[in-house]
Amino acid sequence: MMIRPDSITALARALGLTGLVGALAASFSCALAQDLGGTLKKVREAGTIVVGHRDSSIPFSYLDDRQAPVGYSVELCLRIVEAVKDTLKMPALKVQMQAVTSSNRIPLLQNGTVDLECGSTTNSIERQRQVAFGLTTFVTNVKVVVKKSSAIQSLADLNGKPVATTSGTTSVQLLRAHEKAKGIDFREIYGKDHAESFLLLENDRAAAFVMDDILIAGLVANSRNAKDYRFLDEVLRTEPYGIMIRKDDPAFKKLVDDTLASLMRSGEVARLYARWFTSPIPPRSINLEFPMSKELAEAIRSPNDRGI
Amino acid sequence: MNGLDLEVITRALPWLAQGLQYTVQLTCVAALGGIALGTILALARLSSHPVVAGVAAGYVNLMRSVPLLLVIFWFYFLVPLGLQWVTGAGSPPRVGAERSAYVTFILFEAAYFCEIVRAGIVSVGAGQQSAARALGLDRIQVLVHVILPQAFRNMLPVLLTQAIILFQDVSLVSLLNVTDFVGAAGKIAQRDGRVVEMYLFVALVYLVLCSAASALVRRWQRTHSIGRHPETAR
Amino acid sequence: MNWQIFLETMPEGDAAWWEMLASGLGWTLACAACAWVIALAAGTGIGIARTGASRAAARAAIIYVELFRNIPLIVQFFLWYFVLPELCAPLKRWVIEADPSVVQFLAATSCLGLFTSARIAEQVRAGIESLGRGQRQAARAMGLSEAQCYRHVLLPVTFRVIMPPLTSELMNLVKNTAVAYSIGLAELFFRTREMGEITFRYFEAFAAATLAYMVIALAANRAMRFIERRIAVPGVAGTARSAH
Repeated sequence: MMIRPDSITALARALGLTGLVGALAASFSCALAQDLGGTLKKVREAGTIVVGHRDSSIPFSYLDDRQAPVGYSVELCLRIVEAVKDTLKMPALKVQMQAVTSSNRIPLLQNGTVDLECGSTTNSIERQRQVAFGLTTFVTNVKVVVKKSSAIQSLADLNGKPVATTSGTTSVQLLRAHEKAKGIDFREIYGKDHAESFLLLENDRAAAFVMDDILIAGLVANSRNAKDYRFLDEVLRTEPYGIMIRKDDPAFKKLVDDTLASLMRSGEVARLYARWFTSPIPPRSINLEFPMSKELAEAIRSPNDRGI
Repeated sequence: MNGLDLEVITRALPWLAQGLQYTVQLTCVAALGGIALGTILALARLSSHPVVAGVAAGYVNLMRSVPLLLVIFWFYFLVPLGLQWVTGAGSPPRVGAERSAYVTFILFEAAYFCEIVRAGIVSVGAGQQSAARALGLDRIQVLVHVILPQAFRNMLPVLLTQAIILFQDVSLVSLLNVTDFVGAAGKIAQRDGRVVEMYLFVALVYLVLCSAASALVRRWQRTHSIGRHPETAR
Repeated sequence: MNWQIFLETMPEGDAAWWEMLASGLGWTLACAACAWVIALAAGTGIGIARTGASRAAARAAIIYVELFRNIPLIVQFFLWYFVLPELCAPLKRWVIEADPSVVQFLAATSCLGLFTSARIAEQVRAGIESLGRGQRQAARAMGLSEAQCYRHVLLPVTFRVIMPPLTSELMNLVKNTAVAYSIGLAELFFRTREMGEITFRYFEAFAAATLAYMVIALAANRAMRFIERRIAVPGVAGTARSAH
């Protein structure tokens, strides 16, 4: 195809149009910031609640063999959806599942595409400037996984080695902080998502993979040679996970927290934990064998929504 | 990698077929919508009204100077807010990546189709227009009955070639986590740790489909080209 | 809108966001420049093979062009970055030892270079064919070898003829570098998304990137026009166009 590139004047005119687009973006951005009138109101008007889920955050939120979203966070969210139905007295409320990624989950929540995000999202102070979190439903330790066959024993051994991590996650920042503090020079290598980051380790493209321990456990258990991997002892950080909702929406926040607190009190959370973390799970009946940490047990005993 | 495992592909076929179906669907919708909008843009660019022509030219050049990937992400965030703005609804409508992709590709491809249609219209020649006007046809009639039929006939091969490019470009939506053909293969490749098989298979399918389509376009071009306008059938 | 964000320092880092974007821009330009050299060299070679005397070379050139034109760019990126090292053990060993950003850069430039070369080859072929047989026959009659004929007669004219589509291809190449984000190369689009993800200032980040890509496109367009005018030979096809 031969289309003559357009004249410079026309291109300069296009630059003028950018200004227009910028102005449009500015007005959209105002729309973004404006109050959505509360999630409950939005859900009642739409007759639909949209649950954001991940597609490979095992066992929190992922796709089973029929490509349906399942997992610990998904189940908790479905309990919240039931509570929404009761509160709004809308038993026929439609529930839509929407896949999100680590990089689009916040904008999609903010712009109203999803109403609550059920994945494995760290409740961080930084994020609290943009969104709100329900009670802590899980506590993770950011750790480093390597192949058993490698000689790496500690973070310091990773000096000069390629270390995989997923772009847009808090572990990237952690890794950078460590790099500075310890004078270790990692070579960061990014995957688009956890599965791709793990793939880099599996194919020896990376010597290690830095991520939340539970996510790594899920990827390892599902990999072809689950026995090939081991964790380093060092913990880079302990982080609480929470269900993410829109900011400044006290009515919905209260509904989410009340629902979760009652599930924690009744022992339902512990039961769900056992079902997803210490029993065989779909799609391949693999058991993650990931017993409850003392940090999570504590968070269930005294529910809180503290971020890190 | 311990040898190729073709069974991975057979097991994934239903899932891959679903992805391919989305890819084809998006290609067809974007091509038809893009040609329709592109024709309007082309007419606007050829308009004697300087503001109309200028805005159309600005739009086309803006779209053509920015990477498709950037446009995809822009629209992904902007479409729901834009719809809210247009409809005046209280909250942005729910538009997933799958649906925002339709809007994105129609609007993006329209800029490229516009240039093809514009060249097609110009190729018909001013003489025809004058002759038709002299016969008493009004401007719309001239356009619909004289100019556009010939223009589309002249530019069909180029339009089809652009549609094949579009079919390939659609694969970029996989970066929005959409399960198109490439997205479907990528998800299986990562879950089963079988990159080599999945990506080679995807490449092969595209190669066969696109080569066959281009060969058909070339054949059509040979048998149907209008002798007087060889330059339009580039 | 908060444009101050570009002056803010990224968390856990020393660089401000505008510096991160600028470093991304650097990778984008370096990647485009290297790929352009590969694309011009390979594209010219393939274009010559396509029009030369050897039937076998012409057929090989057709296969080459079909191969790189009929597979989506993102799939080609995956083939270069993920698949090729798995199929070639020595390459895999090198890839493991090398700096990941070097590997990503090489994969991206090879991928974009060869992808673009197939398109340039078609332009070169069309350009040579547009000259007609007369030029070639005249050159050969004067005693020039086939190589000399290409070097001194066909290619100099062809490149003048195909300057407009080449400009188009250069601009496409610059835009296509954004796809290198899919293999983790820290180019402009990667940095734009990273900034969006970490600061949640998507609008500002994307607006800056959009502007940057438009300025590069404009600059590439101007540079090519400048060359086009400098090399113009009065009376030769393709040089009669008025330059705006």
